[in-house]
Amino acid sequence: MPDLAELWSPVRLTLILATVTTLVLLVVSTPIAWWLARSSARWKEAVAAVVALPLVLPPTVLGFYLLILLGPEGPGGWLAALGGARSLAFTFTGLVIGSVVYSLPFVVQPIRNAFEAIGDRPLEVAATLRAGPWDTFWTVAVPLARRGFLTGAVLGFAHTMGEFGMILMIGGNIPGETRVLSIAIYDYVETLRWAEAHVLAGGMVVFAFAVILAMLVLEKRIGRARP
Amino acid sequence: MSNAADIIDARFAGTVGGFALDIGFTAPMRGITALFGPSGSGKTTVLRAMAGLSRLSGRLTVGGEAWQDDGAGILLPPHRRAVGYVFQEASLFPHLSVRGNLLFGARRSAKQAPAIGFDEAVALLGLESLLERGSESLSGGERQRVAIGRALLSEPRLLLMDEPLSALDEASRADILATFERLHDALPIPAIYVSHDLAEVARLADRMVVLSKGRAVAEGPVAPIMERLDLEPSTGRFEAGVVLTATVIEHDPSYQLTRLDLAGQPVSIPRVEVGAGERVRLRIRARDVALANRPVEGISIRNRLAGRVVEIVSTASTPYAETLIEIGDGTDPVARLRARVTREAVDDLGLEIGARVFALVKTISFDGR
Repeated sequence: MPDLAELWSPVRLTLILATVTTLVLLVVSTPIAWWLARSSARWKEAVAAVVALPLVLPPTVLGFYLLILLGPEGPGGWLAALGGARSLAFTFTGLVIGSVVYSLPFVVQPIRNAFEAIGDRPLEVAATLRAGPWDTFWTVAVPLARRGFLTGAVLGFAHTMGEFGMILMIGGNIPGETRVLSIAIYDYVETLRWAEAHVLAGGMVVFAFAVILAMLVLEKRIGRARP
Repeated sequence: MSNAADIIDARFAGTVGGFALDIGFTAPMRGITALFGPSGSGKTTVLRAMAGLSRLSGRLTVGGEAWQDDGAGILLPPHRRAVGYVFQEASLFPHLSVRGNLLFGARRSAKQAPAIGFDEAVALLGLESLLERGSESLSGGERQRVAIGRALLSEPRLLLMDEPLSALDEASRADILATFERLHDALPIPAIYVSHDLAEVARLADRMVVLSKGRAVAEGPVAPIMERLDLEPSTGRFEAGVVLTATVIEHDPSYQLTRLDLAGQPVSIPRVEVGAGERVRLRIRARDVALANRPVEGISIRNRLAGRVVEIVSTASTPYAETLIEIGDGTDPVARLRARVTREAVDDLGLEIGARVFALVKTISFDGR
């Protein structure tokens, strides 16, 4: 019989990591998505490509560069020194930073699409009704793009739950700090603890199914919703 | 009109879609002024520039308030201009109810004494039963009424309307036209109304500015502008005509006709519900008027008006001649009719300036009070 407290620790850490990452992602992605949707700058697609890079790069490549950036010699180490630590690599904060970069395209893209789908007209209407740009953004653009925000949040959360290679590179396997679910499963399999691996892996399958189902149902409901 | 506080003074220049635009006009701070012209004449561009939605160089003062003045470095962003803008499509906010849409601008406007209150606007536009509905469940006409109400409730100093009828079906059009007429009587707010439809302009507008290829070629009260033959390229052949005012004499219940007095001569139109002694606006298109050089008998056309030719414009490249006929018996104020005939007819009938003619009018459309 597997030790439930031992199994719960990586699950709990993963949920916290995914939640924090998703919140940070929404804050970071919204202005990027807005700019990509509304700007007429010629080089904006270059920025869009940079944002989308994690879709294509192997997690190990991403993890390698993040390791350098977060390490004692990189800007991460400099930031860590402010808090009295040596490095951001192999810390929870480092994992959040890595996860944000890794899942960025999954959140930016749906929000950008949703902003683009609004078109100019509702924003022009709001302007002729005395709403300034900031007001218009919150009272017209965000409500009209709510499906994009939902999709982005769910994808960002789920993608963070499932990351492995990048975390292995920058997080290692420190219980309670960086030992997330996917690392724990890998570890159990390596040490031939099949029962524990089964519980966690099976749980992941059920979770992934529930998330996708919930998203599909919610999207439909939001699409239908009338005030 | 000359006092800056009483007028809207606009002058815009720029290049739009490959043609040079340079349009200047003034409009009074009351009534409806139509910006009329064919598509591509620049009217929507000018309207958008007035709202601040598009950038053209120039200046715009509304009742003495400068909204744009490139010379003085003034350019108010759209949300700082007290405009109500009605777009071609209603463009309601889909995430808000009808009530939410109506209140969107009202909540953000600063004025303390609104020209029209919420309940008043709702009643005027007949929106009582729609308030809690979502915008997607409304018909085209209902949506446009909500859009008009939303614009009015933002307490504008100036209403800008960009062909608000063009996206509607025939029934909704009639409905909105009637709404505009009620508003015209009830509201002290001036409106600029963009249209390419002369019938609409004739029915709604007090003044008009005729645009052609990025220039304002004429401006003034609607009736004298419609009489001008030289504006043909802008007004278009098919719909050109005049707007006249007549007085109701009586109704004929057996034939369902209304008898009118037009500059001292009798005219009949299909019955309209307007009391005897009241004045009505009529619209008569040039293509609906035929000319004869002596009284004609034995013809189904009932409206035969005696008059004389005051202007003839023949265009050698076309078969047609445009004529302007002054009708009236000399005692009443005169009315002028436009008639389109062929150049051959002009020669055959010996029509010339001052010649006596009889104008046979096939269709008269009633345009409102």
